[in-house]
Amino acid sequence: MFQSSLFQPVSISVSDLTRYVRTLLENDSVLQDIWVLGEISNLSRPASGHVYFTLKDQSSALRCVIWKTSAARLRLPLQNGMAVEAHGQISLYERDGQYQLYIDSMRPAGEGYLYQEFLRLKARLEAEGLFDEERKRPIPARPRRIGIVTSPTGAALQDMLNTLRRRYPLAEVCVAPAAVQGDDAPAALVAAMRAVCSLFQPDVVLLARGGGSLEDLWAFNDEWVVRAVAALPVPVICGVGHETDFTLCDFAADLRAPTPTGAAELCSCEIGEVAGELDDLRGRLENSILFRAQLYRRALADQAAQLAYVSPIRRVQNDRQRVDTLAARIDRSMRHVLELKNARARGMASRLAALNPLAVLGRGYAVVRTGTGRIVRSAGEVIPGDMLDIRVAQGRIQADVTGTEPTP
Amino acid sequence: MPISTTPIEELTYEQAFAELESIVNALEANQLALEESLALFERGQALSHYCAGLLDRAELRVTQLTDTRSGPLDE
Repeated sequence: MFQSSLFQPVSISVSDLTRYVRTLLENDSVLQDIWVLGEISNLSRPASGHVYFTLKDQSSALRCVIWKTSAARLRLPLQNGMAVEAHGQISLYERDGQYQLYIDSMRPAGEGYLYQEFLRLKARLEAEGLFDEERKRPIPARPRRIGIVTSPTGAALQDMLNTLRRRYPLAEVCVAPAAVQGDDAPAALVAAMRAVCSLFQPDVVLLARGGGSLEDLWAFNDEWVVRAVAALPVPVICGVGHETDFTLCDFAADLRAPTPTGAAELCSCEIGEVAGELDDLRGRLENSILFRAQLYRRALADQAAQLAYVSPIRRVQNDRQRVDTLAARIDRSMRHVLELKNARARGMASRLAALNPLAVLGRGYAVVRTGTGRIVRSAGEVIPGDMLDIRVAQGRIQADVTGTEPTP
Repeated sequence: MPISTTPIEELTYEQAFAELESIVNALEANQLALEESLALFERGQALSHYCAGLLDRAELRVTQLTDTRSGPLDE
């Protein structure tokens, strides 16, 4: 835009200057997100749908524009003389060289006082220690009983129930319905919180409301409600409005959730996670007993070996062997004795056989007996006429004595 | 470790899970008599089946209080 210093400084055009100033304005972060308080004058609503007016106070004036699209969203009926707070960005209308506020939202000026009130109450309660970190109680990871204080007809309740149903169906939920906006809301909220705690004995309480304007959420900045939150006997999760909305209940609660759904998530864990934990534990249970069984088995085997080593069975076996050896010896010696006796018996038998008088008969001798059986050794022992019985090797002969011839 | 005699069906999931956890810890610490550890193991198995069954059948139970002083319900 500017010439180099080798040359004389030259003028720039009005357009260039205007554009330069506009760039400066638009690059200022404060000017691009600003609330301005003033009174409406020179209100003009041409057929284009855009809205033009001037905001002024005792000493200054500010040109303002609301484009058609933003104007359509305004819920505030505008009129001259009205005190408002307008939010938007400062920029430059190049044709007139005029800086202006391009408004995107507006509220009646009274809300500014609400905000001042909010800050005053917050400072007071903070000074009392109501919001201290040390006061915050831990949120149970697996609450069994969950109390919910909210409007029974709002989407917030369904969002929370759906979240809990999906994530943690093991829980038991009790809904304490309460008005969440309007003049009756503070009393209703306090009554509902106390009732759900005394009648249901929850492990945690969710205090929730869907998004809305600052006024809509105002009950959650009520001193009575805030003190009731801090005084509840169980941990409280506050999920009011959207992520960007802060209420005093958020500060007094044990945990702030960005939204009602967030509140339901913060007090629940995925059931899959629960199942995973259970599986782990089951695995450890089985391993522990297997390990133990192995341990016992090994110890038992050691003991068995030890026992075998010191066992009397060994001695018994040794003794048994000695008995066996003795038995064999006895057996052997008995057989020997028997053989000896046998041989002797056989010798006797042959000797007996040799003494058998009948054997002599074989050689032709005969034994002669009288009729009475007396052996005849001398001829003189018989007389003619006697009966003789003669025994020869083969059989007997009966003979009569016909004569005798005794030896002299 | 003394074995609980509470009938398992009377336990909540959280109670059953906590008991199972302490049984596993006791078994892993390995300082129990065999008979005791077997009894604990059996109780542990029953608890783990019971917990798994509860998870399979779990359905969010929702009740609503009717007797709180509540004003107009608008949101």
